[in-house]
Amino acid sequence: MDPSRKRKLRLAVALGAAVCLAAALIYTSFSAASEAAKPSDLKPGRSYEVTGKVVNGSIHRSGDQLDFRMRDRDGTASVPVTYTGTVPDPFRDGREVIVKGELRNGTLVGERDSLVTKCPSKFTKSS
Amino acid sequence: MDYGLALILLAAIVAAVVLNPLKTRGEPERVELLRIEELEAAKEAKYREIRDAELDRGMGKLSQEDWRAVDRELRAEAIEILQELDRLEGRRPG
Amino acid sequence: MAGVGSACLAIALLTALYATVASVVGARSGRPEWVTSGRRAIYCLAGLCVAAFAILESAFLRSDFSYALVAQGSSTDTPTFYKITALWATQDGSLLLWATLLSLFSTTVLFLTRRSLRDIAPWATAVLGVVAAFFLLLMVGWENPFDTLARAPQEGAGLNPLLRHPAMMIHPPMLYTGYVGFSVPFAFAIGALITRHTGADWIRATRRFTLIAWTFLGTGIMLGALWSYTELGWGGYWAWDPVENASLMPWLVGTAFLHSIMVQEKRGMLKVWNVSLICATFALALLGTFLVRSGILNSIHAFGASTIGVQMLVFIGCVVALSAGLIVARLPDLRSDARLDSLLSREAFFLLNNLVLVGLCLVIMWGTFFPLISEAITGTEASVGPPWFNRLTTPIAIVLVLLTGIGPVLAWRRVTVSAMRRILLVPVLVACGALVLLLALTDASQSIPSLLMFTFVAFVLSVVGQEFVRGASARRVMTGESWPRALARLIGRNRRRYGGFLVHAGIAVLFLGVAASSAFLQQRDVRLSPGQTVKVGDYKISYDRPTARLGGDAGGTGAAIALGAVMRVSRGGETYTLHPSRNYYATADPSKGPISRFFEGDANSEVAIRWGLRRDFWLAVRPDLTSFNEAIARADRKFADSPPQVQAIVIRTLTELYRQKAPPAAFRAIVSPLVTWIWIGGAIAVFGALLAAWPSPEARLRRVRSLYAARLGRELSRA
Repeated sequence: MDPSRKRKLRLAVALGAAVCLAAALIYTSFSAASEAAKPSDLKPGRSYEVTGKVVNGSIHRSGDQLDFRMRDRDGTASVPVTYTGTVPDPFRDGREVIVKGELRNGTLVGERDSLVTKCPSKFTKSS
Repeated sequence: MDYGLALILLAAIVAAVVLNPLKTRGEPERVELLRIEELEAAKEAKYREIRDAELDRGMGKLSQEDWRAVDRELRAEAIEILQELDRLEGRRPG
Repeated sequence: MAGVGSACLAIALLTALYATVASVVGARSGRPEWVTSGRRAIYCLAGLCVAAFAILESAFLRSDFSYALVAQGSSTDTPTFYKITALWATQDGSLLLWATLLSLFSTTVLFLTRRSLRDIAPWATAVLGVVAAFFLLLMVGWENPFDTLARAPQEGAGLNPLLRHPAMMIHPPMLYTGYVGFSVPFAFAIGALITRHTGADWIRATRRFTLIAWTFLGTGIMLGALWSYTELGWGGYWAWDPVENASLMPWLVGTAFLHSIMVQEKRGMLKVWNVSLICATFALALLGTFLVRSGILNSIHAFGASTIGVQMLVFIGCVVALSAGLIVARLPDLRSDARLDSLLSREAFFLLNNLVLVGLCLVIMWGTFFPLISEAITGTEASVGPPWFNRLTTPIAIVLVLLTGIGPVLAWRRVTVSAMRRILLVPVLVACGALVLLLALTDASQSIPSLLMFTFVAFVLSVVGQEFVRGASARRVMTGESWPRALARLIGRNRRRYGGFLVHAGIAVLFLGVAASSAFLQQRDVRLSPGQTVKVGDYKISYDRPTARLGGDAGGTGAAIALGAVMRVSRGGETYTLHPSRNYYATADPSKGPISRFFEGDANSEVAIRWGLRRDFWLAVRPDLTSFNEAIARADRKFADSPPQVQAIVIRTLTELYRQKAPPAAFRAIVSPLVTWIWIGGAIAVFGALLAAWPSPEARLRRVRSLYAARLGRELSRA
């Protein structure tokens, strides 16, 4: 095989591999992704990744279970949440949290160990 | 107060350091000298490659014939560099 | 003094701009005095930034709360160690750290290249000046670290207790040194493009800086992982969080760059690839800096809109656009000197490894930015989590480890196939042997990816071992030295090569730890009352009794209260005790009562880890204070106006009560096999990198001689 044909072949193989990788990326990410939502957006029947703030005074723990209310970041619409699993250290009143779960009978049932709490604001102008 | 005073003082110090070289008008760097520096570095790198190839042969990564071919190529490239260096350095007086 | 600090920054900004202008004037007119002036401006820049840094640091050490930054990030009860590091825990302070590191790096590289690369260096100076000016502009215009408060508060807000960990102290400076370090090869690449001096000279001049930047960035990433493992209550070391990914991406592309520049040095190929890669690495480094400060991605670290997000995005956009434009404009000057003759050569292999590394980076980038991508395409914001990342990156990582074993075996330009077969025989046998042992003696077959990874790691380690042995024996044939001497001289005279091999070995060991600890982890979350026992894997843990401690926590982080447990852990015949606890920090929140502010402030886990070479036992406790809530609320009301000493006694009583009443607590226990090898592998890699970067004495001697020769030439020609 002469050199230029060899090079074209290599290029074709490389491009083919890139296309396969891209296809794998696109397919797996769109099928595995969970939709992000605010508490006011929730609809029953599917799983969301919900971002919001913990309503002050709403935290109750009983045994392994954690119950609290979560509200929109810039709003007052809130939803009750029930969750079991790891509770990150920064979790408390007023903190911004992300939890994966599904709305059932008006309560967001959080997936196990899916609760994430954001570190308190360090990088904004106001503390 | 602090701010204004410091501003002036620091500006003065920096200006002194930075504008000092501008007093003497230098000559533009001769192109040959730039090229000589480049070639010196390239020569060093080529020597290292020759030594690396020798090590590879000693370690059995290259067969005797393959090494001879590579060594020949590398030495030819090194000689080219040396020739160009001689040519440029020959232009220097003295 | 805050005024002086502000003035330093303002003058520094002007100096950086002057450096740029002077260097461009010097470059275009060919007049060396302007170039020298520009270089000196960079030296001044370093002095000004260091001065500003020192002023700010002294404010932190003195707990001078008239500085807004100190009031925000430190307090009188923050231990001194952490007062120092609180400087870069804030946005303004971290910008100052970036600028200071940049100016120091720039000074170093310009000093070292002051007599060489005279055409490229001025342009590189200009680029470095522009970058420094940008960061200084951010500070002077928006986020001034020297802002003062009209009325200084008595007490500061204190450093977030989660950050009070030695690894967290060094993590940001390490990352920033890495990010900043990449600006040096970037600046010289731009200079090379502008001057059309696109040979390997800019690479040779900046290679050490690239290697050092890469090493620091890698160390910073590992320290972050170590911190996550030892400090956070979830027991993992990598969460595929956007900010973690943002630091990993430039590191991956930087690794590719380190390899591909070798190809350009030796064969003059991949010129376009190299300049593109370094521009991408630098852009990703800026992106890494930016992501921590913006609100565009949901992350543990990112929060609300930041005041400098837009500016950084614009800057990154400009960097990318200008780099791309310059590369396209100079394509004719970037033609390869040679062609790729055979796929069986080191050059071809490095290209392959580059493609794999860049591919891995693209996968991670896709996943990290997926919320934005999906929003753009489908209109709804969706995100992918760790399972997706693990699924896609694991096969790529396995291939990568395999490649790190094959690369060292190949020679440049051409490869003798029969020689390769001979050389690979032993490592392949070792790998097969390892595979057989793993299948027979362990349950590694439960996880095929891990099995593959372990086999390839065995392959890599035996390739590297063989290289050292064969190299030393080749030397012995030539010089007749003893084994230790031959080995030492072999390594000493070929630091780049053998340092590189050590890095490969270290990375392989690191992946061994990652594979084992992810696939064979055993975890259990339980609630225990004192006296209860539970099994975790082959371990038995029992909750002996609770502990309560006021002030002076074990980690030295300044916690007011520490509640914990004494746990007895046994496995086989071996028994030991662990003392996990939870630190409670007082909050200054005015809505909390005088007693409850000690229990409802920040809290974090003091994890107990039994380190081991074969496995780690990780234990964290979360005391359950719900039964005390009423008592605390009552104490708030009753002792609202009491003097602090009385309040202290109340708190002491409550904590004593915890120790005696001992309500059940939540525990998380994790058995992680081989996780320590991650840190060990990383340390080996760092050592190898430092070895590779170490200048050799012969090279220095040659360099000095050639400098004299050049000087002689100059002086003679002037006569």
